[in-house]
Amino acid sequence: MAAGGLFDQAENHSLSGPGRGFWSVLHIDPVLLVLLLILIAGGMVVLFSGADQNLALVKAQGLRMGVALVVMLVFAQLDPAVFRRWAPWLYLAGVLSLVAVLLFGVGAKGAQRWLALPGLPRFQPSELMKLLVPMMAAWYLSRRFLPPRLRYVAVSFVIVLLPMAMIMIQPDLGTSLLVGSAGIFVIFFAGMSWKLISAFFALVSVSAPLMWFFVMRDYQKQRVLTLLDPQSDPLGAGWNIIQSKTAIGSGGMDGKGWLQGTQSHLEFLPESHTDFIVAVLAEEFGFLGMLCLLGLYLLIIFRCLYIAAMAQDSFSRVLAGALTMTFFIYIFVNVGMVSGLLPIVGVPLPLVSYGGTSSVTLMAAFGVLMSIHTHRRMISA
Amino acid sequence: MPWGEFKDTAAERRLFQRRAVVMLTLVVALTGILVARMYQLQLVEHEIYTTLSDKNRVQVQSVAPPRGLIYDRNGELLAENRPVFSVTLVPELVGDMDQALASLGQLVSVSEEDLERFRRRLEERRRPYQALPLRYDLNEQEIARLAVHRHELPGVEVAAELVRYYPHGELTAHALGYVGRINREELQRIDPVNYAGTNYIGKSGVERFYEELLHGQVGYEHVETNARGRTLRVLERQNPVPGEDIELHMDLRMQRLAHELLDGRRGAIVAVEPSTGGLLALASVPGFDANQFVTGISVDAYRELSQSRDNPLFNRALRGQYPPGSTLKPMLAVAGLDSGATTRDKTIWDPGYFRLQSGGRPWRDWKRGGHGWVDLKDSVAQSCDIYFYEMAVEMGVDTMHDYLSKFGFGEDATLDVSGALSGIVPSRDWKRAVHNEPWYPGDSVNLGIGQGFMLATPLQLATATSVIANRGTWSEPRLLKGVMGDVTVDEVLPRQTHESITLQNPDTWEFVADAMAEVMHGAKGTARGAARGASYRMAGKTGTAQVFSLAEDEEYEEEEIRERLRDHALFVGFAPVNTPKIAVAVIVENGGSGSGTAAPVARAMFDAWLLDYSDNQAPVVASRAEEQD
Repeated sequence: MAAGGLFDQAENHSLSGPGRGFWSVLHIDPVLLVLLLILIAGGMVVLFSGADQNLALVKAQGLRMGVALVVMLVFAQLDPAVFRRWAPWLYLAGVLSLVAVLLFGVGAKGAQRWLALPGLPRFQPSELMKLLVPMMAAWYLSRRFLPPRLRYVAVSFVIVLLPMAMIMIQPDLGTSLLVGSAGIFVIFFAGMSWKLISAFFALVSVSAPLMWFFVMRDYQKQRVLTLLDPQSDPLGAGWNIIQSKTAIGSGGMDGKGWLQGTQSHLEFLPESHTDFIVAVLAEEFGFLGMLCLLGLYLLIIFRCLYIAAMAQDSFSRVLAGALTMTFFIYIFVNVGMVSGLLPIVGVPLPLVSYGGTSSVTLMAAFGVLMSIHTHRRMISA
Repeated sequence: MPWGEFKDTAAERRLFQRRAVVMLTLVVALTGILVARMYQLQLVEHEIYTTLSDKNRVQVQSVAPPRGLIYDRNGELLAENRPVFSVTLVPELVGDMDQALASLGQLVSVSEEDLERFRRRLEERRRPYQALPLRYDLNEQEIARLAVHRHELPGVEVAAELVRYYPHGELTAHALGYVGRINREELQRIDPVNYAGTNYIGKSGVERFYEELLHGQVGYEHVETNARGRTLRVLERQNPVPGEDIELHMDLRMQRLAHELLDGRRGAIVAVEPSTGGLLALASVPGFDANQFVTGISVDAYRELSQSRDNPLFNRALRGQYPPGSTLKPMLAVAGLDSGATTRDKTIWDPGYFRLQSGGRPWRDWKRGGHGWVDLKDSVAQSCDIYFYEMAVEMGVDTMHDYLSKFGFGEDATLDVSGALSGIVPSRDWKRAVHNEPWYPGDSVNLGIGQGFMLATPLQLATATSVIANRGTWSEPRLLKGVMGDVTVDEVLPRQTHESITLQNPDTWEFVADAMAEVMHGAKGTARGAARGASYRMAGKTGTAQVFSLAEDEEYEEEEIRERLRDHALFVGFAPVNTPKIAVAVIVENGGSGSGTAAPVARAMFDAWLLDYSDNQAPVVASRAEEQD
């Protein structure tokens, strides 16, 4: 692995026996932590601009990130075996709460996403499924010989697609996409055969037109059509994409400068502190800023894939790999939609967009990765 | 996993690592796509998006130049610009217009009329994103209320604009004219660039004639606006060139006096400075408050004005065409002498009537029983009609037409008075064209005393009187006296076109002036009552214009004729006789007699100008400039 050398020192550290060093005792991967902190800090700088210099909002985000960091540390303390042991029960609870959401969930803008249980803070079960679905699939597949046989693959698909479908009908396309891909990445990493993968893609491409006519809702179709021709409705559906492309394009090589973005500060760019924040960054910091951001994300992914590769059992490996790839899906879908490559789905820019729930889930996932990396036993592999 | 079988952990790890390499490749490839997309948007198409971004935020707004001010000859402000706050709506930014109007109605008082006018404008062709005014002249509470609720009302703005204001209202409406909203017809005529920020245009009078001068040149502002169209800051500004301030010959005090003299009656007074042609007063009474026309007069108020029996909107001074009656006699006397139709010494016997041939129809003298033996001077002084009947027949229509035309009758002889009418100097051709009849000798008889077909405006009478005062030298009537900026009067004032009238014997002018002085100062002068006690000598001529024709031999019984049917009283004159400083024409509609009603009015004008305001007759441009410093 090309990036492997970069992390050798840390690696040696964590492998050095039972009295293994400071970071292992804390169950923290310092490399990943530093990269994440850089990302979060940089993200808040951009957020300050994207939120039109609303300091209160940035503080609220800082608080959330603090909570998310604590959640990450808590998850990192748990042994991966705990996740594995609890995975089926948690998954079951998750699916049940999804059912509850469909029955008596609360929400806004025509989508039921939240569950308000008495005595508990309001929460979004679909968000938890981003962790629980890959855990469950990893639990199920890691008990088989890998690569798995066809019927196990089929069962895993059921495990993945059931909650995904339930989330999709809330409707929450973005989350169901992330939940589904998390699960499918588990199956892929577990060794689903290339033949099956080809068949899967063939199925997807055949079902796409069927989806168009029978599953997708009008507003979702509209988003696809808008992507293809934003000028068809420049003040309506096309507005977001035209304005975000204008923001990005006008940034040029080195951008207009921090707090100088006219598209965001003059309110042309919608959602400039949430889903479209990358357009603010691109406008104010230009192509170089985007290279930095994408480079930082790549380093995080490299590190995570490295952690996955170093994991000692299949459960940890496929789970780590899938969580890493889900993180990448966030990035690709968000940047792709803001730059007009993909239709608009509600996927935030991970750890940068304003918003609490997804940040906590993401950091929990990084906690799982740190747990995997810092709970290795000294067995010959 | 069945017991007894061991997982090949090494194989599983290798499997995972192979898959991880595939994923890593995918991640790098997809990130590459994102980088390529950014490269395309930010570097390749950067220019396009920069343009789009600037087009988003930078709007070019035109800045209307402040309209030039109008002063009288003493530096009195006659037309100024006053900031007026109005609430405007940009239809493109207002979502639900009905709802917006309803909520606005709760914040400021909006009348049915305002709404009606607004809806009318809404349907008219207009520039996109143009703010349409709903209500003008908001008071401070209303402005404050709008400011508080501004965020609830997208597309609604309180706009301050400079609006023309005529501080002297009725006094100056007819003389200055007024500005009003640009209408559709004018929109096609004006330069769309220069008027891009302008809402008002001169509709009449000085405001119309000097529109170009007063308007100025449009300026521009590049402003940054946000997505909701609200202006945030000015990036660049090219200041407009303000319209030129101008000074008129008018003396506001004379204008005011003229209005006071005619107060409660209908009529007109035109006062000219003979040496310059400058109009000292141009009064038509009753007047109206031009300010109500600036922002758009209400239908009711307009109906009231336009249907009033006093017809305040009618500019009698420029557009009232009256039979001049005996006030035409001085000009006819000049014609008669110069053409040889009569001489200074010729006397006639006036029996009180005139017949073209014996036994024919009699033309009566205004004085029953006649004036007896009279010469030309007596005939002017006493306004003997019979002398002029005979002289007119002797001259014939062609000669009379020629001479009267030289005095500016039958044409608009003004330089910069917008909307002046021409009146009628009848001729053979005219009668053939209009009435399809030949010219009869009887028509000449009527013309001999300024009756019949002859029509003249008070302004024309003042102009002709001024020519006599000047002893034949023409100076066309004009309003503009000076321009404050770099522009000179000569650049904007049309050229003089009238040649001075040269007579066979230039002394004829003095003779006629003398005859007119006899009117005022002679023992039998018709206006001797009006000149009593004067410290200077004045010249004048009274006149009476019949509103309706009396049947032959019908008794003239003034008391029985209702006020509206009484004769118009006329007077023309100038003073002092030898160094004329002022010439006036007065008409008082249904005023009865010229000597009794119109002459005292003229005397008051003479007195004011020659005695009370004599200090201020020097050019004042320089002196005012000093005052302002």
